Amino acid sequence: MAFFFEVLIGGLMAGVMYSLVALGFVLIFKASGVFNFAQGAMVLFAGLFFVGFTELGVPTWLSLLLTVGVMVLLAVAVERLVLRHLVNQEGIILFMATIGVSFFLDGFGQTIWGSNVKQLDIGIPTDPIFLMDGEILIQSFDLWAALVAGTLLASLVVFQKTRTGRALRAVADDHQAAQSVGIPLNVIWIIVWAIAGLVALVAGVMWGSKLGMQPAIVSLALKALPVLILGGFTSIPGAIIGGLIIGAGEKLAEVYIGPLVGGGIENWFAYVLALAFLLIRPQGLFGEKLIERV
Amino acid sequence: MLYRESGQYKTTYSADQAIFTIPQDRVFFALLMLAAFVGIPLVATNYVYTALLIPFLCLSLAALGLNILTGYCGQLSLGTGAFMGVGAVAAWNIATRVPDLNLLVVFALAGLITAAVGMFFGLPSLRIKGFYLAVATLAAQFFLPWLFVKWGWLTNYASSGVITAPQLKMFGWEVDTPMEKYLFALSVVTLLALMAKNLVRSNPGRQWMAIRDMDIAAEIIGIRPVVAKLTAFAVSSFYIGIAGALYLFVYLGSTEPDGFGISLSFQALFMIIIGGLGSILGSFLGAFFILLLPIFLTRVPPMLGFDLSTALVSHLEFMVFGALIVFFLIVEPHGLARLWQITKEKLRIWPFPY
Repeated sequence: MAFFFEVLIGGLMAGVMYSLVALGFVLIFKASGVFNFAQGAMVLFAGLFFVGFTELGVPTWLSLLLTVGVMVLLAVAVERLVLRHLVNQEGIILFMATIGVSFFLDGFGQTIWGSNVKQLDIGIPTDPIFLMDGEILIQSFDLWAALVAGTLLASLVVFQKTRTGRALRAVADDHQAAQSVGIPLNVIWIIVWAIAGLVALVAGVMWGSKLGMQPAIVSLALKALPVLILGGFTSIPGAIIGGLIIGAGEKLAEVYIGPLVGGGIENWFAYVLALAFLLIRPQGLFGEKLIERV
Repeated sequence: MLYRESGQYKTTYSADQAIFTIPQDRVFFALLMLAAFVGIPLVATNYVYTALLIPFLCLSLAALGLNILTGYCGQLSLGTGAFMGVGAVAAWNIATRVPDLNLLVVFALAGLITAAVGMFFGLPSLRIKGFYLAVATLAAQFFLPWLFVKWGWLTNYASSGVITAPQLKMFGWEVDTPMEKYLFALSVVTLLALMAKNLVRSNPGRQWMAIRDMDIAAEIIGIRPVVAKLTAFAVSSFYIGIAGALYLFVYLGSTEPDGFGISLSFQALFMIIIGGLGSILGSFLGAFFILLLPIFLTRVPPMLGFDLSTALVSHLEFMVFGALIVFFLIVEPHGLARLWQITKEKLRIWPFPY
């Protein structure tokens, strides 16, 4: 039983990391209806810049600030150069454009900072913690990750109550209505992409300290997709809870079902779980129910 | 002047229903086919065949298959790579287990098997749509390559897991040289493209397009979504499966079964979006563009005298590739096929544009 809990907790903590990436997706999808495939690349991009700055000898707090600046610039650039020109196009065209952005960021980050694995240590303790007389082992790093995710979520919730946050929610609800009451869409999009950039930075720092900063993070971030469909594309709590379910589910499946079929099922189990779930609730756990009319 | 349709009357139904209603188009297409079947074999070198033409044919067939599903029926899919894998593995198994079977039969059977698998993974489309469906097809993309590796029977328990294409033989013709392989692939692709062109102009194709444009309205006017969506998945997977079999037999020669990864799926998606969604021609134009671009990008900087390291080149390639995709989408969201159409319309009134 202790082993079960250990796997479960390990899975939940891994799920927190997926949630961090999924949050960025949800923010942008909610506010602009863009399925932002570049979120994974943004995680790598932000992480690379942060690590790069610290390696140049810049103090941690300053490089954090500098990276925030880079992500805001990126948001402005994406809005100016990409989104603005594609207003009113179909979703798939915008999706495609974000794939292009993703390629660009991938190449750009690595052109500047190289593609070696970079160690990142921002002083998060990594010693294991033992619970229940040493029967359950938890990485204290994972607890920190959960704490960071919790803080992020809390600040996002608080942010939603501010004036800007209300504007964001209005845009998410109805573009045209929001515009007609005087909310500037372009500014809102920049803000949303900047926030998604910040979330990406947090995710990048966390992933980077866990695995080292490396290009493979982009493909790991793909795991955020089943998290999204499980939680629903438009729900911030959904992203968190979806992440927890996926993380725990795939670890438990790997440990208990994996040996029966030859192992390695962690790679696809999340997708199949999400798929099975969609067949029952097509809009995900917390997604808005679609009402369709002709 | 040259491309003018005034004064050309269609007096029979068959003339009205022809694929190319304008004689100039027919002449152009005939010349194109002549160039492909006769002209290219006269001039092309082995490098051109193996690095350019053969992968172009295989991937454009895959793009064509995906275009049927995504461009015509509106079901976004990210599982193309895995379905190509199904086609390749199926064809390999049939060809090695039944050695004397005609190659065309092998390909057709591989296509049918892929169609069945595609229909199975198409079932969720009855419940979910749009990006949810795209993510759902990722399940196929990650599950199927895993299955190829873990289910030893599929690769005949080869310890390395590598499958190697057998000798290509049909009707006593041994397809050996790159030129022969090219001609074989070209014949298969031409035939299938012609079938696709007719398919999308006929009843099933129109049903798919109705579903794509507005599925609820289509349902109300009496199109059965179940049938339309599942036939789209089946036909699309049939094409993709054959493309995968060609990819293994004619282009790669041997591969690991998990080589059919997600990057192939994305490549196919790029091809149809750059080429043009809902256009047979677009699949080919897109495949050509996406294949040519990396070759172009790796060759041009050295020619201009820049000496860049390989790693840097590959990163720059990513950047340019991404930027070009965005650029293309902004300039012409409907793809190269639309540009071609615009050119033709301009040509009709050329040189007096009024």
